[in-house]
Amino acid sequence: MNSPAQADKKTATKKMNAKDRYRILSRDLDWDFSYVDRKDAFPYEEFEGIKITDWSKWEDPFRLTMDTYWKYQAEKEKKLYAIFDAFSQNNGQLNVSNERYLNAIKLFLTAVTPLEYQAYQGYAHVGRQFSGIGARIASQMQSIDELRHVQTQIHAMSHYNKFFDGFQDWAHMHDRVWYLSVPKSFFEDARSAGPFEFLLAISFAFEYVLTNLLFVPFMSGAAHNGDMATVTFGFSAQSDEARHMTLGLEIVKFLLEQHEDNVPIVQEWIDKWFWRGTRLLSIVGMMMDYMLPNKVMSWKEAWEVYFEQAGSALFKDLGRYGIRMPKYSDVIVKEKEHVSHQAWWIFYNFGHAAGFHTWIPTDEEMDWLSEKYPDTFDQYYRPRWELARKMEAEGKRFYSDGLPQLCQICQIPMTFTEMDGDQTMFSYRDSIFNGELYHTCSDGCHDIFEREPEKYAQAWMPVNQILQGNCGGPELDDILRDYYNMNVGADNLDIEGSPDQQRWKKWKGDNS
Amino acid sequence: MAVRAITPEYSFPARDAQSNYGDNILIYIGWDHHTLFCSAKAFLISPEATFQQLLDQLMPAGFSQHPDFAQIDWSATNFVLNRKQIQPEAQQKLADLGFVHKSLLRFATPGLTGYNGSHV
Repeated sequence: MNSPAQADKKTATKKMNAKDRYRILSRDLDWDFSYVDRKDAFPYEEFEGIKITDWSKWEDPFRLTMDTYWKYQAEKEKKLYAIFDAFSQNNGQLNVSNERYLNAIKLFLTAVTPLEYQAYQGYAHVGRQFSGIGARIASQMQSIDELRHVQTQIHAMSHYNKFFDGFQDWAHMHDRVWYLSVPKSFFEDARSAGPFEFLLAISFAFEYVLTNLLFVPFMSGAAHNGDMATVTFGFSAQSDEARHMTLGLEIVKFLLEQHEDNVPIVQEWIDKWFWRGTRLLSIVGMMMDYMLPNKVMSWKEAWEVYFEQAGSALFKDLGRYGIRMPKYSDVIVKEKEHVSHQAWWIFYNFGHAAGFHTWIPTDEEMDWLSEKYPDTFDQYYRPRWELARKMEAEGKRFYSDGLPQLCQICQIPMTFTEMDGDQTMFSYRDSIFNGELYHTCSDGCHDIFEREPEKYAQAWMPVNQILQGNCGGPELDDILRDYYNMNVGADNLDIEGSPDQQRWKKWKGDNS
Repeated sequence: MAVRAITPEYSFPARDAQSNYGDNILIYIGWDHHTLFCSAKAFLISPEATFQQLLDQLMPAGFSQHPDFAQIDWSATNFVLNRKQIQPEAQQKLADLGFVHKSLLRFATPGLTGYNGSHV
């Protein structure tokens, strides 16, 4: 019984304590390089100017090992897919508030789900590039999370593809459709930056500070509008998001504590990515204020709760490192009264070229908007809808002729108005780089261009590409059908009279 | 400030260089205080075209859907090209007026204040 062999076996099967297991399955996965210089092994680590003096000070944000990670995620998947099955077997699509609601989900599938895929690619890339093992593991785990989110979102929304238009070719559309270049170029900007800027942009600015403004509105919007499939994937992603937010906070604190030279670089990135993030979120604003039949809260209220209150506490905390509020925060505070109205107006203008339906808000909705936006709606935006309604009554539903001018940075049509002074005046900014003019929609986008003009001079601007003849045509319908893969006459145009609406009425026995 | 890049030479052609548009230039035209149109619009035109051709071809193509459009007095309209006021003559060529690739022409129509005076 006491033979040496058996004693060895006993030692080998003895369970390690949690601390040792964690060490062996995380930090111990690193190794020293015997015949390659560490700098050559991690060539992306220094070019951004960030100085790391001691990677061992990195605190692992996830506190998870791969084996426990798989176990947790597998349990969540089982529950999630059981609910998807029940949803589809019970014809869950009939329980949503009405056919208008689905357009918010079409927007999510084409604009946001592909960003999850870009996040998966981005984290996989930076997960290779840090010489610190803690940051590598955190990035790799988040990469896998993001891939899971792509998959669960596709599965959740695939059910709607059987019953509604506009869900059929979201990945193709993401790469080509004019307004989808807004989210696409946002993420490509981050992915083509260095690894530290990527983490600051996506983990900190986006996941830590702004994600509540994306996920909470969509998920609570889903809950208020009877969309159990979307609510369920939202819940299933929530514990992942909590980990991602921890990584966001860790990266900013780690960079600021490592070297004082990092502070101005981090501040520049914060300024850039908060501005880019708020521009991107204007589509969430319009979704909340205009697309949800049952409203959750106004965009303005969401901004106040999730950015102004939560964000000011955060930046107060970061103040001890010498970090201030993002540049143009004061402009953003004014814009919260305007952006949702201006963004939905773009889509109403170009509703013939959108992959989802648009509409004029109902009387009740306009009264709700007046109540939520007492300082702006009646003065600036109600008259737009009144004119649109008049034109519609005359049989000339307004679809704007021609193509819009786009901002070189955010790629949104140049719709935003001046926040100081005349708020009916479009805000135009411009720059000259290598003898060529570039136009931007705001001081925020202008500064981003000026900081790295070499990068943004390469922007793939959908309108300009159409005019260069690179998207087929020449007629707009040809481009929509052949280049964007839209079903012209079904996916686009007003909700009134759309095939979606006709089917919905039939299902609900409404013969009006 | 120059871009910080991993490659020593970070230099690429501009994607919207004029040479990608044949003989035309890309120009933008926006109607001040008329927010029915959600933004300025993009057009192609030859720099050899006259200002009258711009008025006859591009203006109706971009802006005639507005109820104010029919009442525009083009002789009383203010034109701002790339932030500078211009007083174009009908037969002047765009190139001679200072139009370059990706120019922004803004026009303001005094007396026309949009739908019910709301600047829509």
